[in-house]
Amino acid sequence: MSPGIVVTAILMIGVAVGTPLVVDQFELLQLTVFASMCILALSLGVVWGYGGILCFGQSAFFGLGGYTYAVTAVNRGESTLAIGLGIVVPALFAALLGYFMFYGRLSDVYLGVITLSVTLIFFNLVNSTAGDAYRIGSARLNGFNGMPSLPTFNVPGDPGRLLDPTETFYLVMALLLIVYGGLHLLLASHFGRVVVAVRENETRCELLGYDVRQVKLSIFTIGGGIAGLAGCLFANWGAFVSPTMFSLSMTSQIIIWVIVGGLGTLVGPIIGCLIMQYLATALGTQQLANTNLIFGVIFLAFVLLVPRGIVPSLGVLRARWLRARSSRPAA
Amino acid sequence: MTPPVLETHGLSIRFGGVEAVRDVNLCLAERELRCLIGPNGAGKSTLFKLLTGQLQPTAGRIVFRGQDITGHHTHAIARRGIGIKTQVPNLFDGLTVREHLWISARRTNPARRAREIADEILERIRLTGLADSAVGRLAHGQRQWVELGTVLAGNPLLILLDEPAAGMTHDEVARTAELVRDINQTHALIVVEHDMQFVRMIARTVTVMHQGAVLVEDTMARILTNRTVRDIYLGKHGGGA
Repeated sequence: MSPGIVVTAILMIGVAVGTPLVVDQFELLQLTVFASMCILALSLGVVWGYGGILCFGQSAFFGLGGYTYAVTAVNRGESTLAIGLGIVVPALFAALLGYFMFYGRLSDVYLGVITLSVTLIFFNLVNSTAGDAYRIGSARLNGFNGMPSLPTFNVPGDPGRLLDPTETFYLVMALLLIVYGGLHLLLASHFGRVVVAVRENETRCELLGYDVRQVKLSIFTIGGGIAGLAGCLFANWGAFVSPTMFSLSMTSQIIIWVIVGGLGTLVGPIIGCLIMQYLATALGTQQLANTNLIFGVIFLAFVLLVPRGIVPSLGVLRARWLRARSSRPAA
Repeated sequence: MTPPVLETHGLSIRFGGVEAVRDVNLCLAERELRCLIGPNGAGKSTLFKLLTGQLQPTAGRIVFRGQDITGHHTHAIARRGIGIKTQVPNLFDGLTVREHLWISARRTNPARRAREIADEILERIRLTGLADSAVGRLAHGQRQWVELGTVLAGNPLLILLDEPAAGMTHDEVARTAELVRDINQTHALIVVEHDMQFVRMIARTVTVMHQGAVLVEDTMARILTNRTVRDIYLGKHGGGA
C-alpha cells in the first residue's frame, strides 16, 4: 500500500467520524449524496481509467441499480434484498452487454456509442412507463414522474427500524471507503495488474496467453455493480428515483468528474466528483449563468489545458519540483 | 523419436489478390534454432502472425507438438507454449520492466515464484539497473530486450523472434546473439532477421523465403554460396557475403 492510499483512507475515516459532529442535518444530507456520487465516479474511474474501456453510459447501471432497489423495496417493504439486487442486477446487465461488446471485438469508438445509446434507450423506455399498466408487482414505475416515497434503508432483518440521516451518512462513508480500498486491493492483485496491462497493450496480453475479452468483461461487470450500488444509495437518499438517472446530463457528469479528477487514479474521480458537485450546488443558488453552460466550459478547459486531470497533473508538478530541487546543488 | 515441435502443412494466406504466404511446409525439431531470412515482403512476419493466431490461414494446417492449433485464438496458442517477440515491440509503455516480466511469469506461477523469475530474467537481459523504469522511456535496443525477457518469463516451449537485433549497436547485437544461443540450450527458436552478421553468429539451419513461399532450406554455409539466394537477397545487401 502506498502512503497516498493510506493518507486518503485515513482522511475519509476522519471525515466520516468528524463531520456529523460539526455540520447541521441539511449539510449532512448534502454530504451523503456527494459521497454516494463519489462511488459512482469510482465505478467509471476503474472501468475507464484502469480498464481503458470508454464507457459513455455508466449512468445505465446507476439508473438500473436505483430502479432495481426501488421496485424491490416497494414490493418487499424492506431494503436488505433490494440493495443486494441493486448491485447484482446492474452487474449482470453489464456482463450481458459487455459479452456482446468484448466478445464481438468492437473497437473503442463503437463501445462509446453503444454504451451511450443503451443509457438513452433506458431513459426513453422508463420515461414512457406512465400509467397503471406499467407496474412490477405492487411498484408503479410512473414514467417521467419517477417513483416517490420509496422505503429507505432499514437495519437488516428489522424493517421497522430505519436508519436516521447520521447512520445513513456513516453507512455511505463506510461503503465509499470499502469500494475505494477494495478497488486498490483489486488493482494490486494479479487480475488488477493484467487489467492495466490490457489497457496498455491488448496484443501483448494475448501473446502472453491472457484472454483479453474475459479481462475486460470482468472489470466492466465490476464497474456495473459498483455503479448499481451508487444507484441504490441515491435512491435511498431522496427516497426517490426518476428516469433522469439514465439521462444524458447524468452520464456526461460522470465523465466530467473523471476527466477533471484524473484518469488512471482512484482518488482523482473522488476529488473531481466533490469539486463538481460542490460547484453544482453553489451555482444552483445563483441566477447569473446557466449551470450546464459553466460545466461545459470547465469540461472544455480541462480537456484542452489539463487533459490528464487534477491528480495526475499534481503528480507531474511534484516530480518536476523534486527534480529541480535535487539538481540544484549540482548546478 | 519425439514429434517435431512445430509443423506446418501447405500454410497459405491470401489478402485479396496477393498470396502473402504460399504453401509453406515447415518442420522444426525439439531445441532447434532456425533462422528465417528473405527480402522485405517475403512473408516472414505474416508467417509469424499465422503461427500465433493473429491471422487465420486461408489454407493449410499448423501442428504444434502433435496437436492441430489451426484457427485457435491467440491467447490459447500462447497458453500451449508459443511465445513471440514481434517486429515492432509490443510492450506496456506505462509499466516498468519488472512488471512486464512479472505479468508474463505470473500467469502460470504463484506470486512469489513470479517475483523470483522476474529477478532471474532481469539478470539475464542485464536490465536489473533499470528494473523500475517505465518501459516507454527506454532506448530501442533496451525495449527489444524487455520484450525478449517478457517472452522468456512465460517460459514458452517455442520462441519466435522477429528481428530481435533491429536497431541495436554492434555490441548489443553480439550480446543478443549470445542470449539467443543461451535460450536455445532449452528452447526451440525461429528467428527472423535481416542483419546477416547476426544470422551468421547464431545460425545452423536457414530457411529462405521469397514472395510468400519457401525458396530453399539449408545450412548457413550452403545458403551463403547459393546463387539464387544471393541474387534475390544477399546480393542487394552486400554484407560481405
